[in-house]
Amino acid sequence: MTEKLANTPGAAPVRGPRNLIFEAGAPESRCVEAPALDVPLTAVDDLLGGRARTTAPALPSVTEIDIMRHYSHLASMNFGVDSGMYPLGSCTMKYNPRVNELACRLPGFAGIHPYQPEETVQGALELMVGLADALAEISGLPGVTLQPAAGAHGELTALMVIRAAHTARGDARKKVIIPDTAHGTNPASVTMCGYETVTILSDEKGQVDVEALKAALDEDVAAFMLTNPNTVGLFDENIVEITEAVHAVGAYAYCDGANLNAILGKARPGDMGFDAMHINLHKTFSTPHGGGGPGAGPICVSEELAGFLPGPLPVEFEDGSFGLGWPEHTIGRVRSFYGNFGVIVRAFAYVRALGGEGLKEVAEQAVLSANYLKCKLEGAFDVPYGRTCMHEFVMSGSRQKREHGVRTLDMAKRLLDYGFHPPTIYFPLLVEEAMMIEPTETEPLAALDAFAEVMLTIADEVARDPELVKAAPYTTPVRRLDEAGAARNPDLRWKPAGE
Amino acid sequence: MRYIPVTCEQREAMLRAVGVSTIDELFSMIPESVRFDSALDLPDGLSEIELDALLRSLAGENEGAADLVSFLGAGCYDHYIPSVVDSVVSKPEFFTAYTPYQPEVSQGTLQAIYEYQSMICQLTGMDVSNASMYDGATAFVEAALMAARITKRHTMLCASTVHPEWQNTLATYADAGTLEIAEFPQVTGGVVNLADVEARLSAGDIGALLVQSPNFFGNFEDLAALGKLAHDAGALFVVAVNPILLGIVEPPSAYGADIVVGEGQPLGNAASYGGPGLGFFACAEKFVRQMPGRVVGRTTDVDGAMAFVLTLSTREQHIRREKATSNICSNHALNALTACVYMAAVGPHGLEGIARAALAKAHYLRDALLATGKFVAPWDAHFGYEFTLAYNGDVAEMHDAMLARGFLAGVSVADVEAEWPTGVADAENLVVFAVTEKRTKEEMDAFVEEVASL
Repeated sequence: MTEKLANTPGAAPVRGPRNLIFEAGAPESRCVEAPALDVPLTAVDDLLGGRARTTAPALPSVTEIDIMRHYSHLASMNFGVDSGMYPLGSCTMKYNPRVNELACRLPGFAGIHPYQPEETVQGALELMVGLADALAEISGLPGVTLQPAAGAHGELTALMVIRAAHTARGDARKKVIIPDTAHGTNPASVTMCGYETVTILSDEKGQVDVEALKAALDEDVAAFMLTNPNTVGLFDENIVEITEAVHAVGAYAYCDGANLNAILGKARPGDMGFDAMHINLHKTFSTPHGGGGPGAGPICVSEELAGFLPGPLPVEFEDGSFGLGWPEHTIGRVRSFYGNFGVIVRAFAYVRALGGEGLKEVAEQAVLSANYLKCKLEGAFDVPYGRTCMHEFVMSGSRQKREHGVRTLDMAKRLLDYGFHPPTIYFPLLVEEAMMIEPTETEPLAALDAFAEVMLTIADEVARDPELVKAAPYTTPVRRLDEAGAARNPDLRWKPAGE
Repeated sequence: MRYIPVTCEQREAMLRAVGVSTIDELFSMIPESVRFDSALDLPDGLSEIELDALLRSLAGENEGAADLVSFLGAGCYDHYIPSVVDSVVSKPEFFTAYTPYQPEVSQGTLQAIYEYQSMICQLTGMDVSNASMYDGATAFVEAALMAARITKRHTMLCASTVHPEWQNTLATYADAGTLEIAEFPQVTGGVVNLADVEARLSAGDIGALLVQSPNFFGNFEDLAALGKLAHDAGALFVVAVNPILLGIVEPPSAYGADIVVGEGQPLGNAASYGGPGLGFFACAEKFVRQMPGRVVGRTTDVDGAMAFVLTLSTREQHIRREKATSNICSNHALNALTACVYMAAVGPHGLEGIARAALAKAHYLRDALLATGKFVAPWDAHFGYEFTLAYNGDVAEMHDAMLARGFLAGVSVADVEAEWPTGVADAENLVVFAVTEKRTKEEMDAFVEEVASL
């Protein structure tokens, strides 16, 4: 019944799936068409040298109202920060200010071409220099490129810069060390940069095991990558000893900046001895995640590494005008053009809205909100690393699993029935049945309280009626999916009848 | 405080609940020696009114497609963006969501990506598409990396007519990683020299032949011949394409392409100073488990209802870590949604019409520019809606003069990238012009008249 209703033409969306856009409209339906031709057109196939397409692509044929109804329905099946609390650990799902959305759509930003003469894009270049300068100040690292398109792209770019610096000294190195708490992108970037990954185990406090690190460090190590604050939500108290040990063997210390939100204006990676870091503008600097991008992953590096950054970089000339330039020993390009400019505009707007004091308050409230939630939940759930956390903390569902056979995944699905997005689950890998919770500074106190209450209710349900939780969710647009079947028999596209 | 909803009073209550008296106690785990006790040296925060004025003033210092008549292309195009596109893309449920890790509440993003994948397969003629990559250049590099994994051959043969920024991106990744780049083949008549390609392919263990058609100069390569050469040498055939032209041009699958990539910006995405656009990436079904990036599959839920989910994730970094097919995590999902809505809005009929209009206008402008005597044709190749002419004079002076008259007079080949192996004579005089469906006869006639008067 619900499925039929969901696909009734003209009916507002109700719970249940919607037919594909390919099934809407009719062959003669039109939405946007080309303007009438005002110049002659001779035989297309001749102009194309015999390359004319013989069969039209089977794209949808629909009208504008078909499109709006279809994608409005799809939107209604999505959960965003605007829908409700989204405490996805390490993802910093904070509110996305609307003035930033207006800004990046201004014709002077959205309508400019990357090959325009520099004198016609002075405002864009000034904005990019402004954001780069702000990131240098915030990170304590003076060399900045805004080019990388995402955090993982930034990691890879920084490793390329580090490799180039070693190579310039005739010092080819082979390995990069990461802790077992690292994001999966770290080792994947290491491989793409032609290095071998060496993983070291964390100590019992969830921090870098300094002795294990020292044992792994040698003259073949190019870099040590560390997320700090780390992925269990702790600031590594041995950070100075760590970066000194890394430098002692001639390696570079790299900071994965995924958790920068916790330390804005409170501590700077450059001051901790890091030589390079990436910053996720789509986390710390409030640009929207877009359902999986576009993000932006600028990197900040030390003076020593700055000459190797990819180009071109926005620069300010002595006469106060702006242009593009190349670092002296540049590694080259890591993408087309200059970066995800539309994302850069939003991040610039965020920095200017808050100012230095405002950014510091972001960190303070993010850390306070995480600690507040942790205090509310640590009675009902195991919190393996119990001391004060930074902007996020990791709980374990192992008690619920052991005592009632209910897994973290089940509790996450049950949260959906209560209207909350679940935390990051099963990461970091060193915590069994992990739930990584990051409320961010933009959640109202009432939302934090409600979330805590729901988590405690679910803990109760686990004890009273584990089967209820194990079959959740019940109220979502669709229920649990056959993910194994999806991977076993991949159906990755719609096919027209007869194909 | 801006964007922080917790009040001072609530903050005090929260501190008490946590059992500390000041916020700074929560930061005590940061060693004193690395605490940042001063104020960040940044401008003071602004009210929304002040911020809006600042942003408008910066935007106002730029002259864009709204102010100037643009013939710029070379990887970023001034196509019309249908009004319905931003209406969909600016729905907050789409743009404020994260990567769809919880499929039960992410069906909107997931189904839209599945539709996007389906449309990319329709355009390119390929079997499977991923959920998108950062841009055309990085998709191109990922295709080379994937070809190396499949063939176990790490040397790539790249046509020297590929966008120079893409070539340089490939070179950067090759320098840092495991790829090698073979000596570039010569350019003859504005396209890659077939005999040279054949010689390079027969000389070594080439993992893939990578070409772009239309190429950087706007010219169509001989994909049929190139595809055969690649396959005869045991190499994969990687083809980069312009998605708009696929409305009227035979898809690369017709020429045996193994991997097809491209810059998806023309599909409804703003120029936005070159980003964010998206890289599209499609391949033959037999290679799907070597593909980089996210992929959405169709399945069912426990009630048997149609549902969508991220799948084949054992290729990916969060599962496979250092053995992943790529380090990519975030892709360009919102730009893929943009492309999806664009393709739905134009449909096969609209896309064909837009491509035909651009094709007709580009040929009209080229003929008219040649008729001024100010330009000569460096070659006689077939092209789409972008073409290259040699200017009889100083290109920079012509550009300045035409800018003063309100025109962006094409992309100077010499300005694009400091060093790239074009192998083309007199490259400093070459200008690449792009003419989209938005340009009118009136604009083109005015442009030709002005340039003739220089």
